[in-house]
Amino acid sequence: MRDELYQQTILEHNRHPRNFRKMTDATYSAEGYNPLCGDHLWVYIKLDQQQLIQEVSFEGSGCAISKASASMMTAALKGKTIEKANVLFHEFHDLVIGKLDPRTQPHHLDKLAVFSGIWQYPSRVKCASLGWHTLHAALEKKSTVSTE
Amino acid sequence: MSYLDVQKIRKDFPNLGVNIYGKPLVYLDNAATTLKPNVVINAVTEHLTHGVSNVHRGVHYLSEQATLSFEDARQKVKHFINARRIQEIIFTRGATESINLVAQSYGRNTLQEGDEIIISQMEHHSNIVPWQILCQQVGAILKVVPINSSGEFIFDEYVKLLSSKTRIVSIVYVSNSLGTVNPVKRIIDAAHHKGALVMVDAAQAVSHEAIDVQALNCDFLVFSGHKVFGPTGVGVLYGKESILEDMPPYQTGGDMIRTVNFSGSTYNSLPYRFEAGTPAIAEVIGLGAALDYVSSIGFEAMTKHKEELLAHGTRVLSMISGLRIIGTASIKTSIISFTVEGVHPHDLGTIVDEEGVAIRTGHHCTQPVMEFFGIPATARASLAFYNTQDEIDVLAKAIVKAKAVFHA
Repeated sequence: MRDELYQQTILEHNRHPRNFRKMTDATYSAEGYNPLCGDHLWVYIKLDQQQLIQEVSFEGSGCAISKASASMMTAALKGKTIEKANVLFHEFHDLVIGKLDPRTQPHHLDKLAVFSGIWQYPSRVKCASLGWHTLHAALEKKSTVSTE
Repeated sequence: MSYLDVQKIRKDFPNLGVNIYGKPLVYLDNAATTLKPNVVINAVTEHLTHGVSNVHRGVHYLSEQATLSFEDARQKVKHFINARRIQEIIFTRGATESINLVAQSYGRNTLQEGDEIIISQMEHHSNIVPWQILCQQVGAILKVVPINSSGEFIFDEYVKLLSSKTRIVSIVYVSNSLGTVNPVKRIIDAAHHKGALVMVDAAQAVSHEAIDVQALNCDFLVFSGHKVFGPTGVGVLYGKESILEDMPPYQTGGDMIRTVNFSGSTYNSLPYRFEAGTPAIAEVIGLGAALDYVSSIGFEAMTKHKEELLAHGTRVLSMISGLRIIGTASIKTSIISFTVEGVHPHDLGTIVDEEGVAIRTGHHCTQPVMEFFGIPATARASLAFYNTQDEIDVLAKAIVKAKAVFHA
């Protein structure tokens, strides 16, 4: 049997997504779209004078996995440097494809490790990573990204 | 009252016997692809085990036998859709390739700037994009017949779009995402009245009702083998011989030529002119076996059983609060698309999968339909004649479970 996908943390973030709003004064933003399932979201980042992530938010529509993942991403990124955000992006990417086992390998994922079982649901991996790919596109100054 | 011995029929489909996560498979994704009966599996296996050879080439025994079996399948297709001649039956990779063939071979060589092509809002992407490409190539204009809130083709709007500029009307017979059965005979007659040709996308219709291309009087009709209990990788293009005769080759290579020399080549006769390269021999033979199987059961009994399934499914699912059925045409097949308030279709699909239930979730390659209903996606249960009311009840229970997970 596969690990339970819909854990309480994920269901809770789906029901009450954090930082779920449009940001009009964002430093960087990008649009993410998954044409396969119609998940569609925008990610906004605002940097302070020290180039720390002062605020990060998202909006859009999608399944519980994509929404909870984006919500938890915003909570994890606040106050971090762009370098740290990129480290988390790569670690999260490795986590959802099953390359990083949070129980045996070092990581900085903290609560994001709740997505560790998602590699067992291949069709849902792109749902979990949509917010992160959109963040990555924003930081790379690409305006749109699509995951399939 | 049942019109079919469904329990006996289910034994013909070994795939129905598998367990998913320890639970019996409930396969309700027949609009995506149908399961294969033993007779199809055996026909394909027999060819691959004892009959392997290429067709239309060798003089040796196996090649002659393979050619006979292959051409026998063509006869079966001709009979199944009541075409006049075998020259009108072209084997392709699937409905998608058949549509592209017509758009590029007929359309690109016949249509001119300002000519018009009519499709509908409920088309599958495969009956939209080939025409968009053709329009870009020749400067033709694509017109779209709207649908109403039940998901029905609005015939009056169609008539308004028809004009002397209309050259091609390409319409889906049965909608894969809504289940709507379109009035294709009336659509064809109205188009012919204006001098336009009509192509019918019968990908879903082919497993739902007996198709008679002569009675319909369609100019082209396409379907895929795997949606009528046959193998993947094979499809059919039916075209009226008089139209196909004047069409140039679509792909070129072996089998489609008569003579080749470096000053030029001449092309083979119908239907081979449109069958370049070695075809999907085992799959074509398997398709022949599938059509025999469908005929042996008969559309009348299958349809009556599926009408009962549709009525039961509609009733049971409608009782779930927050569930909205998308596609409520007065004439529809056993396809039930729906949304559940508070549960995204993808989450629903994953949770019912844990119960062994296979449904499709997403836009079903019909994004304009989703846009019309203002939703990103639906869940879809598509029922075949081997499904049972009990299986629909398993789906309903699984939906209730998904709602509980999401407190919806």
